[in-house]
Amino acid sequence: MGGVHPPENKFAEKASIEVLPPPKTVFIPLSQHLGVPAVPVVEKGDEVKTGQLIAKGEAFISANIHASVSGKVVKIDLVTDSSGYRKKAIVIQVEGDEWADGIDLDIPLVKECQLGREQIVQKINENGIVGLGGATFPSHVKMMVPTGKKAEYLIINGVECEPCLTADHRLMLEKGEEILAGISIQMKALEVDKAIVGIEANKPDAVEHLKNLAGPYPGISVEALEVKYPQGAEKQLIKSLLGREVPSGKLPIEVGCVVHNVGTSFAVYEAVQKNKPLIERVVTVTGSSLKKPVNLWVRIGTPVIDLIEAAGGLPEDTGKVINGGPMMGKALNDLNVPVTKGTSGILVLTDEQAHRPPEQHCIRCGRCVTVCPMGLEPYLLAILSDKKRLEECEQERLMDCMECGSCLYICPSGRPLLDQMRVGKTRLGKLIRERSG
Amino acid sequence: MGKLTVSGSPHFHTEESVSKIMYGVIFSLIPAMLVSFYFFGLAAIVVTLTAVVSCMAFEYLIQKYLIRGPLTIFYGSAIITGVLLAFNVPANLPLGILVIGSAVAIGMGKMTFGGLGKNPFNPALVGRVFLMISFPVQMTTYPRPTAFSTQLTDAVTGPTPLTVIKDGLSRGEKFADLLAQLPDYSNLLLGNIGGSVGEVSAIALLLGGLYMLIRKIISWHIPMAYLGSAAVFSGIFWLISPETYPDPVFHLLTGGLMLGALYMATDYSTSPMAPRGMIVFGVGCGLLTMIIRLFGAYPEGVAFSILIMNAFVPLINKGFKPKRFGEEIKNG
Repeated sequence: MGGVHPPENKFAEKASIEVLPPPKTVFIPLSQHLGVPAVPVVEKGDEVKTGQLIAKGEAFISANIHASVSGKVVKIDLVTDSSGYRKKAIVIQVEGDEWADGIDLDIPLVKECQLGREQIVQKINENGIVGLGGATFPSHVKMMVPTGKKAEYLIINGVECEPCLTADHRLMLEKGEEILAGISIQMKALEVDKAIVGIEANKPDAVEHLKNLAGPYPGISVEALEVKYPQGAEKQLIKSLLGREVPSGKLPIEVGCVVHNVGTSFAVYEAVQKNKPLIERVVTVTGSSLKKPVNLWVRIGTPVIDLIEAAGGLPEDTGKVINGGPMMGKALNDLNVPVTKGTSGILVLTDEQAHRPPEQHCIRCGRCVTVCPMGLEPYLLAILSDKKRLEECEQERLMDCMECGSCLYICPSGRPLLDQMRVGKTRLGKLIRERSG
Repeated sequence: MGKLTVSGSPHFHTEESVSKIMYGVIFSLIPAMLVSFYFFGLAAIVVTLTAVVSCMAFEYLIQKYLIRGPLTIFYGSAIITGVLLAFNVPANLPLGILVIGSAVAIGMGKMTFGGLGKNPFNPALVGRVFLMISFPVQMTTYPRPTAFSTQLTDAVTGPTPLTVIKDGLSRGEKFADLLAQLPDYSNLLLGNIGGSVGEVSAIALLLGGLYMLIRKIISWHIPMAYLGSAAVFSGIFWLISPETYPDPVFHLLTGGLMLGALYMATDYSTSPMAPRGMIVFGVGCGLLTMIIRLFGAYPEGVAFSILIMNAFVPLINKGFKPKRFGEEIKNG
């Protein structure tokens, strides 16, 4: 149901992942995940090693944060992050690259996992693993199935339906073995015997590669999916693979599913088998104007501008830089913001590509209704939001909107549908919270 | 590098735009235009041009001097209204009457409600029905199709297939005799029949409709529901009594049904927003058209039925919502 077909523009799909050396200084925000910010356990002046715990996730929904480099903590202060707000971050001056003890840096695959369910979840928690698809929900929380519910399937999201981004694609090609080992560990922790990896059909090499590798792993299957945005949205992915619809306002576990990104499976593998915390990730740096679109292994906390330099530098005609993909990514107003656990790509747009088409009258063509993957009526929700008719917004299921942007993408009149709905969602969310006390 | 632009996602936008859609519709009308020029000659060209120019002129004048708002004549929507109005009148209609019709279509049909996207009734049909009520004789005097005619007004006139049936039955003639007077299906399909400028050639209209479907300007819902329900409804009566009622193919190929189902009922601002609603709307149009054709006073019911269903669109939009994701729990 619904969906759009924006140009794929996967410029970096053939570029092998390169390692970006640590920068001179890293800025590691305390809030890189959904939930409560982590609490620092180091102080200004402390010497830290790569992989050392520097902030602890103390609340139930929170995540540990580790030093991504070795060096000296120069300050713990407010730093602008990709949201545009100033948030607390640990700033480390890099000295060498000395790793903390207990982290296995050997390359060879360690397939067998002797740990039990609880030990696996604990490792994932300790090593600060969060969802790497963009939502950054702490992974260990997802591994704990609420009482009364039962997980039946582990769904692995290798769809990467955002145009331009190729990080997951490259990871599947280059770290397929590790991803599958990670999936089998996640299956063990969830006590499920079936896992499905969903990959969009525009990555036939990744589909074939993982299919070949999955042979020896019982219960893991790989499925090619129709190329359509937002195929990789959690609810849409479950629907495409199993035909099940997650009810409004509910989580995938409601229909017996737990969904993780392929990048997360890789991070789980490293955390459990190598005891390696989440301190680096793959980031696609791309754009039609860049000299050399690349996929990079980047230490968390590296300033975005360093990544753009590695892709040949910021072009003269740049008009917009996006943290993420073109459909759901956030435009940056400062290129010194750090890469965080949720940064999947940096997209550079030219001045010409940076602007929206001029806004015109709604011609009531109904395209926004046709493309909405949640079966909503964006034209109506935009008007109701704009007029602050919040009860009606709620009736028309505004809160089901996942902000995929299909409506605004397809609108031939260039109407700010999603902008108005976002404002409406914020207001309605506040109203609902107040009502429930 | 200048300052970075910061705006909400998404950052990509479709290449489609309002004017591209409108010009796409105009492009799709070309086959029907060519057929009308062939069968009704110079008169059809003059009527089409007059309607287009006067619709654009009225839109311009109203926006410039009454609304004093931004001008939208180059979006192409006034051109479409002009072409469709011309398609809905006889080729030998006096041009003064056509200009009045254009004023009503654009003024009363569209601009009174705020212009593009805001009008509840199809403007071209508002113009047509106004003219039918005000100038019934001129609006029902159809020229006979003649290849490459250069005559403007005093061409030989003749009835449309639908008036042959309706008038004949009201005069008490035998249905079988009337059937014998009708053109055969190949002529109905090609458009070699009496009728309004652009409605005669089913095949040319279908070609244009196919183009609009492929370009995703329209979806299949309204045309299929309209044509399908008209065929089923007329088919039931034909099966019950083939000696009193024409067959469904005759109904589909005559009058303004093709033009109406593909171009008039699919008008964006006067039809429902969601697929389910579109089907309800299309079925309503089909049933009303056939009720008027079979039992009403007029030989043709397309214009009235679409206008009546236009009036129900707000209710249909409220009652027939798209299927919400997660509405029913499916465990398949």
